[in-house]
Amino acid sequence: MSLLDKHEKLERNSLLLLGCTILVILIGGLVEIVPLFRMETVIESVEGMRPYTPLELVGQNIYMRENCSVCHSQQIRPLRDEVVRYGHYSLAAESMYDHPFQWGSKRTGPDLARVGGKYSDEWHIRHLIEPRDMIPESVMPSYGFLMKRGATLHDLKYHLRALRTVGVPYTDDMIENATRDARIQATGEDRVDTSGLIERYGEKVNARDFDGQPNMVSEMDALIAYLQVLGTFIDFDAAKDVEGGAQ
Amino acid sequence: MSDHQNDNQDQNTDKKEVDAHSGVETTGHEWDGIKELNNPLPRWWLWVFYVCILWSVWYWVVYPAWPVAGGHTKGTGGYTQFKELEDSQNEIVARQKVYLDRFEQASFQEILDDPELYAFAMAGGSAMFKDNCATCHGTGAQGFKGYPNLNDDDWLWGGALSDIHQTIQYGIREDNLDTRLSQMPAFGKEGMLKNTEIEAVVDYVFSLSSQAAGHGGDHDLAKGQTIFAEQCASCHGLDGKGDREFGAPNLTDKIWLYGGDRASVFETVYSARSGMMPAWKDRLDKNTIRQLTIYLHQLGGGEEEREDGQEETVERPVEDIPDATYSE
Repeated sequence: MSLLDKHEKLERNSLLLLGCTILVILIGGLVEIVPLFRMETVIESVEGMRPYTPLELVGQNIYMRENCSVCHSQQIRPLRDEVVRYGHYSLAAESMYDHPFQWGSKRTGPDLARVGGKYSDEWHIRHLIEPRDMIPESVMPSYGFLMKRGATLHDLKYHLRALRTVGVPYTDDMIENATRDARIQATGEDRVDTSGLIERYGEKVNARDFDGQPNMVSEMDALIAYLQVLGTFIDFDAAKDVEGGAQ
Repeated sequence: MSDHQNDNQDQNTDKKEVDAHSGVETTGHEWDGIKELNNPLPRWWLWVFYVCILWSVWYWVVYPAWPVAGGHTKGTGGYTQFKELEDSQNEIVARQKVYLDRFEQASFQEILDDPELYAFAMAGGSAMFKDNCATCHGTGAQGFKGYPNLNDDDWLWGGALSDIHQTIQYGIREDNLDTRLSQMPAFGKEGMLKNTEIEAVVDYVFSLSSQAAGHGGDHDLAKGQTIFAEQCASCHGLDGKGDREFGAPNLTDKIWLYGGDRASVFETVYSARSGMMPAWKDRLDKNTIRQLTIYLHQLGGGEEEREDGQEETVERPVEDIPDATYSE
């Protein structure tokens, strides 16, 4: 009891109380913050992950601007129903290059973590222009204006550079060619040389005219390019040993 | 409660003052003449508190709990979310196992002939259809413009079980070697035909299904027929009945995937169409794809396997088809 009685000293001495309060907050802060600095040690790297291409990055920025994450999550939890419906549960590594991550917390619409490749570009265009055309019971707003708005590409190298400062491994080459790469990806290999883009971002990169408007790089191009890569980076045979690998 | 207070009082009678009004001792603190009663906590609350402390110690031992250098304490119970998922998946597999073993071995024909396996295929197929296919083909498989109706007898790439199985696995115009692949030329866009020639072909195409062509061309069917024979017949056939080898639609029926008005048909010839369907081989497991195959085959218009080039529509009573129609 004698130790507990000493609290009188604290209560009657404001400076001492202040000092001890700060000490307690500091300890609490350390416990919360220090693990964040060690985050790279808990993300198990998985083969196939790559940073977004500049065009996909524009798409992600549009995804954030339109607040898609309010209604769509991007995180498949390791629960049976979700795995059956959406595919392999999400791995930490899959959002390692998202700043900020787009996990979301509510599903008014379906989870989008593995929507890449699930539908055709034409489907996405029609669905984004008028969701009720494809799914009569949908309550999603229409995003037809994305077809008419040109994507902002001139400042892309600054986006890439900013992301590099927080750890996304963009090379000087990628930063230098950001705007060009975005334009090339939205045009496609039929009409331009995509070898540089593929060399920088890998064989699997989708390069085509996503929105069916060959004469412009619209925000629709960018958003569909982003949606079509979601959840497609990882080779799940290689990922089997990571994070339990239940499937 | 009162016993408890009395115990305390016995020990501290000389120190603690008892409030006359409530009969509860005070803490001895006084602020501006106001004193604080020292009511003990309810006993039930204290016991819950102690049990919670004990429970948390048990939890630290049995479950993963504390972050430590290089990971976290694993707990003696060996619990992980991944193991939990595996267990719940195994449970489902075990429940399906009654049918799954036989289903895996059976040919499509054997499944159709076995009422149990057939019901199993239809149940799984209908559930997976809603999750994966309905977004394009509609909840009742009625299709949308550009996305074929799967209830009718009209097939682009074939309606036999093996055809449907192939289409679902590898998709249409997808990025794999076994996909269904063809590309209609964009006759107008690529300058292969002049607009007047396209108008003539459009007239002729409408005449194939005895439909009114609408206004536009000069209705010179002979000219249209010549162009059709030169440009279109290699895929759609001289008689316009189409060729499933190329996914070339039958032009003699009144089913139009991209719209049957003159402007839509003109646009089809001018810019061509190339609808695509994703490959599901890597997305769904092989039994699910087989269930879907049976389900789609039975939705309507499913055809017998080809033997002598003849294809026949399988007649099956409508009652066999669960949820075949979309209703508001």
